[in-house]
Amino acid sequence: MNKLAYNRLLIPLLSILMGLLVGAIVMLIGGYNPVQGFSSLFSGMVGSPYAIGETLRAAAPLIFSGLAVAFAFRTGLFNIGVEGQVLIGWVAAVYVGINFDLPMFIHLPLALLAAMFAAALWAFVPGFLKAKFHVHEVITSIMMNYIALYTTNAILRSVIGVTNERTEDIKDSASLASPMLQELTTFSRLHWGILIAVLAAIVYYYILQRTTLGYELRAVGFNKHASQYAGMSVNRNIILSFVISGMFAGLAGAMEGLGTFNGMTLSASFTGVGFDGIAVALLGANTAVGVFLAAILFAGLNIGGLAMQLGANIPSELVKVIIAAIVIFVASGYALNYVIEKLKGNRKKGVEKK
Amino acid sequence: MEYVIEMLNIRKEFGTFVANDNITLQLRKGEIHALLGENGAGKSTLMNVLFGLYQPEGGEIRVRGEKVNIENPNIANELGIGMVHQHFMLVEKFTVTENIILGSEPRSGLTVDRATARKKVMDISEQYGLRIDPDAKIEDISVGMQQRVEILKTLYRGAEILIFDEPTAVLTPQEIQELIQIMKRLIEEGKSIILITHKLKEIMQVADRCTVIRRGRYIGTVEVDETVNEDSLAEMMVGREVNFDAEYSKANPQQVVLDVQQLVVKDSRGLKVVEGLDLQIRSGEILGIAGIDGNGQTELIEALSGLKKPEAGKILLNGKDVTGFTPRKVTESGVGHIPQDRHKHGLVLDYSIRDNMVLQTYYKEPFSKRGLMNYKAVAEKAKALIEKFDVRTPSIDVPARALSGGNQQKAIIAREVDRSPDLLIAAQPTRGLDVGAIEFIHEQLIKEREKGRAVLLISFELEEILHVSDRIAVLYEGKIVGIRDPKETTEQELGFLMAGGKRGEETV
Repeated sequence: MNKLAYNRLLIPLLSILMGLLVGAIVMLIGGYNPVQGFSSLFSGMVGSPYAIGETLRAAAPLIFSGLAVAFAFRTGLFNIGVEGQVLIGWVAAVYVGINFDLPMFIHLPLALLAAMFAAALWAFVPGFLKAKFHVHEVITSIMMNYIALYTTNAILRSVIGVTNERTEDIKDSASLASPMLQELTTFSRLHWGILIAVLAAIVYYYILQRTTLGYELRAVGFNKHASQYAGMSVNRNIILSFVISGMFAGLAGAMEGLGTFNGMTLSASFTGVGFDGIAVALLGANTAVGVFLAAILFAGLNIGGLAMQLGANIPSELVKVIIAAIVIFVASGYALNYVIEKLKGNRKKGVEKK
Repeated sequence: MEYVIEMLNIRKEFGTFVANDNITLQLRKGEIHALLGENGAGKSTLMNVLFGLYQPEGGEIRVRGEKVNIENPNIANELGIGMVHQHFMLVEKFTVTENIILGSEPRSGLTVDRATARKKVMDISEQYGLRIDPDAKIEDISVGMQQRVEILKTLYRGAEILIFDEPTAVLTPQEIQELIQIMKRLIEEGKSIILITHKLKEIMQVADRCTVIRRGRYIGTVEVDETVNEDSLAEMMVGREVNFDAEYSKANPQQVVLDVQQLVVKDSRGLKVVEGLDLQIRSGEILGIAGIDGNGQTELIEALSGLKKPEAGKILLNGKDVTGFTPRKVTESGVGHIPQDRHKHGLVLDYSIRDNMVLQTYYKEPFSKRGLMNYKAVAEKAKALIEKFDVRTPSIDVPARALSGGNQQKAIIAREVDRSPDLLIAAQPTRGLDVGAIEFIHEQLIKEREKGRAVLLISFELEEILHVSDRIAVLYEGKIVGIRDPKETTEQELGFLMAGGKRGEETV
């Protein structure tokens, strides 16, 4: 295997192991039994059809938010506003899901498209501000998150007419729910969203690696100066990248609204789906397959955490510690690389001395 | 003979790559010792070992006969070794004095003792004949002056041994002569100098001895006297005979391709740095633009390539007005461009060689069709180009980053020339390249000229301008201040014009 691909695989895998190790240490410090803890964590992740169903169910939105962050990353941008775009996509999907009466083959796609379109519009703002006025996208997209949070609550109250914390259920014709998948997984909440997520990962790969647009976007991401010299429009690419990233984010919201919850609840805080997307993209090294696998891992840890609390009496917050540790290890991959090289170097030296 | 520095059998590896393989360099007290080698030969590595930035895997270093272990630059400083860096390490907003004392300031109580500092700086500057204005800000003084500040910095820290890293790369011919005088003066004052360079003329002029390395290996050390000449040094450096005075065929200029009229361009700070520039280039000729860095070269190129909209004036290409065109429209109008900074502007370093070869043409057939890339066609194109232009790469799939500078430049030239542009802009096309690659690139420029293209060559190396151009235009403060025939002018005359000297010549 060539060295680059080797390291790209080695660092995430090593980070996961080290993250779990940190989790074990924290368990020990807390006076818990790590063996018991991990066995109930893993059985909660994948130990039964129900666990697998729930893990995949929770993975779907993370795959989308991960792809959203990763797409922007690949084109040299940091879309930290995925969280807000998820909320906007969610509310748009729910609005269409409640207020239209259409046959399913129109209604469901329409609700999904509404989520994509609304979130894309939301993401357009930081993209446009960056392209036109060189406002840093991190600042604007963070702020857009807050605007999104309060705007969605306002829309839920005034437009959709929520009086009692939660919207009414979306129409069945807009729902992603699948009795078949539920039955297969002994009545988890697994829905068709995971299939759409697989499709999205393929589309992600296809756009970046096969299309002319992808060639351009990646070139701008790697080196915007050279791209500009070569005649590409850097500004157009910045906006486009944000818009496409927003579309992925919007679908993450649709997963929640049309799949898991069949509606939306007034909320004073963020969903976390968008922020987790950053961690997913990081662990997945911004590749389609990587994001897909990382999302399943993080979703599994979150789901398994509940089982761990029940089975081993360990607070489910511990998985947050594990996830955070994994992220830190991946993020310091450069340092990790250095340690690996150093270890290799020492070994070589040792051999030479002999 | 007493040696102040002996680097004996130094070996330095980076992974499996051996940058220095058994290299020996012995510096006598009071000599100027040139370290000669092509780019990538290992000169900088060797000096970084001496300066404590790298630890060698083998060999030993002796300073004044004693074995030392230079673990970091501070130890090098304590041993009296000072480095005059090629890229100056100066704080632009600070004065000359402040820059020199930075890091070892004389103090009175909690504050810097400015009076003492200034006096000390003046004393050193007088002792070594390094004329400077101690109160001027770095941003306001010339590059030559900035270099003096760098030299003073090392002297202020008590350096006995000075390493000059390619010191003449940024200087005008006059400034180079002044630097040579300074170096001689330093020797008179008892210092010893290592001069890193690949310019043979300078070695012949100042060096007492010369150590040559090639591809990380020690080739030999020679006395620079009447028994050596530029040709023999070049042969040692490259490993084969080099033809410096390749006689190129005569130019055969035809119709005007590029016609620039009263061009005005502002820089990023909003200052007019190209101010009413007029220029004409004909097909079948190479026009060289000589000038010191910062006289409007960058902005001229940016305006010609469409990256910057001119404030005023016109750019005509084959009679067609292309003023204010976008870079893509300029490219499509028939302009090829070898950019000044190949890493920043010429290549997407993380893209493979394959993908870099279609950076301007990717959206056209056969490379893409209905929004989809045809990477097979791209690969075929890339293969053909790297073969034709002898780009040395293990495959077309390696990232451009992995190639040597010379091969990166070859790749860029291949791409630009392949589009058959009517006008080829070559900005510093040989910067940082070794003799072999320079030869190749000059030949390519001549070839283009012979095909009837117009070539605009912009370079800070007068030798290159004189060697390749059919006409030389001197750029000073955003204007062409004179046009000369390379056969009838001298470096001195050009240098004089480049520095703003006037000889009653009409502006062209």
